Amino acid sequence: MIRVARAVPVLALTLVAMSACRRQQPETEPAPVEPAPVTVDSAAIRDSIARAEAERRAAEEAAARAERERRLAEARATFAAPVYFDYDSSELLPDARAALDAKVPLMTANAGLRIRVSGHADSRGSDEYNIALGQRRAAAVKRYMESQGIAADRVEITSYGEERPAVEGENEAAWAQNRRAEFEILAGELTNIGG
Amino acid sequence: MMLFPRLPRTHALAALGALLLAAPVVGAQDPTPPGVTIGLNYRPGTKPGVLVLPVTGAAGDSVRAILMRDFDYSNRLAVIGDWRRPDEAPVPVGAAANYPLYARLNASAVVQVSVTPSGLTVSMHDVAKQAVARTRAFPLGAAPNSPEWRLALHAVSDELESWITGQQGIAATQIAFSRGGRIYTIHSDGAAMRAVTDGRGIAMMPAWHPSGRQIAYSVMGDAGTQVLIRDLASGAVRRISSPTGANVTPAFSPDGQTIFFGYAEERGMDIYAVPLGSGARRQVTVGRGTDNLSPAFSPDGRRIAFTSARSGKPQVWATDVDGGDPELLTTFNFGDQGERTNPDWSPDGRRIAFQSLVRGQYQVTTLTVRDRNVRQHTDVGVNEDPSWAPDGRHLAFSSTRGGSQQIWILDTETGVMRQLTTGGGKTRMAAWSPRLGDPAAP
Repeated sequence: MIRVARAVPVLALTLVAMSACRRQQPETEPAPVEPAPVTVDSAAIRDSIARAEAERRAAEEAAARAERERRLAEARATFAAPVYFDYDSSELLPDARAALDAKVPLMTANAGLRIRVSGHADSRGSDEYNIALGQRRAAAVKRYMESQGIAADRVEITSYGEERPAVEGENEAAWAQNRRAEFEILAGELTNIGG
Repeated sequence: MMLFPRLPRTHALAALGALLLAAPVVGAQDPTPPGVTIGLNYRPGTKPGVLVLPVTGAAGDSVRAILMRDFDYSNRLAVIGDWRRPDEAPVPVGAAANYPLYARLNASAVVQVSVTPSGLTVSMHDVAKQAVARTRAFPLGAAPNSPEWRLALHAVSDELESWITGQQGIAATQIAFSRGGRIYTIHSDGAAMRAVTDGRGIAMMPAWHPSGRQIAYSVMGDAGTQVLIRDLASGAVRRISSPTGANVTPAFSPDGQTIFFGYAEERGMDIYAVPLGSGARRQVTVGRGTDNLSPAFSPDGRRIAFTSARSGKPQVWATDVDGGDPELLTTFNFGDQGERTNPDWSPDGRRIAFQSLVRGQYQVTTLTVRDRNVRQHTDVGVNEDPSWAPDGRHLAFSSTRGGSQQIWILDTETGVMRQLTTGGGKTRMAAWSPRLGDPAAP
């Protein structure tokens, strides 16, 4: 960006200088058959224009690359975002389905991806039962992804029960954050943001 | 005092009894006249007084303190004197038997111990008969105050308790539990805590093999939770479950031949049975997508109690070990939001202990198998995972009543509680061992 900023004024100055030269020609003089551009259309200026053009293209590419990176980061965040559940339930809520609907095209666009879905529970309920509940949550996510065309062998599931809370605390805000399924990439890379 | 912040009421009463000499030890309603209970079968509600005479020789004070404490923790005996002050004995060292004094101290039984090169010789005086009722030598083997020596001495306590009450004690036992992702064992008196697992993954839900020589447990790793069996002597570990999925809450059958546990992959959790010899895994419960876990065997090995969410909220059910005749044990009304989980079947078969959600917190609760009488035993803090002692009377459980989650012991008959573990963070999932070691065969 710094290079672009510096290149623009140089180009502008050159163009101003060219038009100024033209305007200084006296009107009484007969117009020359051939313009005398040799004095202004120098190799240096051609180089400068080419350089500016290259730099503009590079800047555009950099901007496009930054945009791609931004969208990729966004896609990775979309992919990694947990989905949340109601208390003692493995039913996919509308928000969870929407979150999964955003992940599925990424799985489709990145055929090499293999992932692990881990189910978690809040601290209520027995520690033992919560492992079963977490497993059921992860399985519900996997089943939904399968129903959306993702091959079963690309999705591994596990449960951490209430052993790895996202948020510590014994209140509804903490519990709601902890009743979740998380997504982790086991193999492959998310490089294609798809459609 | 630091280790046992809540003194069982019996201590204070025993001390008071010793001070007031002839005062009854367990309160005004105790109908037992001093000195007539020895040799009688144990009757609930009566506590024979027992006096342990001062013990001379190497580790004599330790021997006396350990015996006194074991008798006290049995909640079946009124111990005369305070085991925290083994040097303060109400009778002089080496004095001749003084039955009138013993009777005034409210002792039914007097334990006289001599330390021998191979262990102990114990005489039990029957105060009513003014005579020695029984004498026996107990080899202790290991070095004084080593864990093995202490366990052997606990077995002596248990045998002496059966001489007095007709009921063998539970001192020679250990409690396994989970803390910081590792399995530990600790003696029933709170001594000799030892880590059993190495700290890889999160190890939890210990269960004792009926031999007392192996512990099964679950280890949570990144790929899932597996059931392992560890040999306590050799440290050898064997994986029993599949390498993936959730495999939790192992329990050995009473004959020690089979292990049951909850297993879930993608269609809910069911209880499976795996023979420890040869043979294939077999599905026991048919939960059809619901969660079924925490098997607990009836002592005859024919049925299991377990947690099932098949009727909505988790409840305690029972079924035959082949999966037949499933039955809801805990009361359930439509719309009931209660949860009852983690059953343990008492060794006498009469009761099932479990945790019941009461106003948002789990409480230790028992149910009589025959007539379904429910009794809530705790109401302070969160109280979970009850595990029966071999006497079918005491329960180990985790409780937050003291601030942090620790293992506590409850006497279901008197309601007396004591804290078993301290410090070290969240301590949970207690499992009481069977009686360990031969009760010191001569």
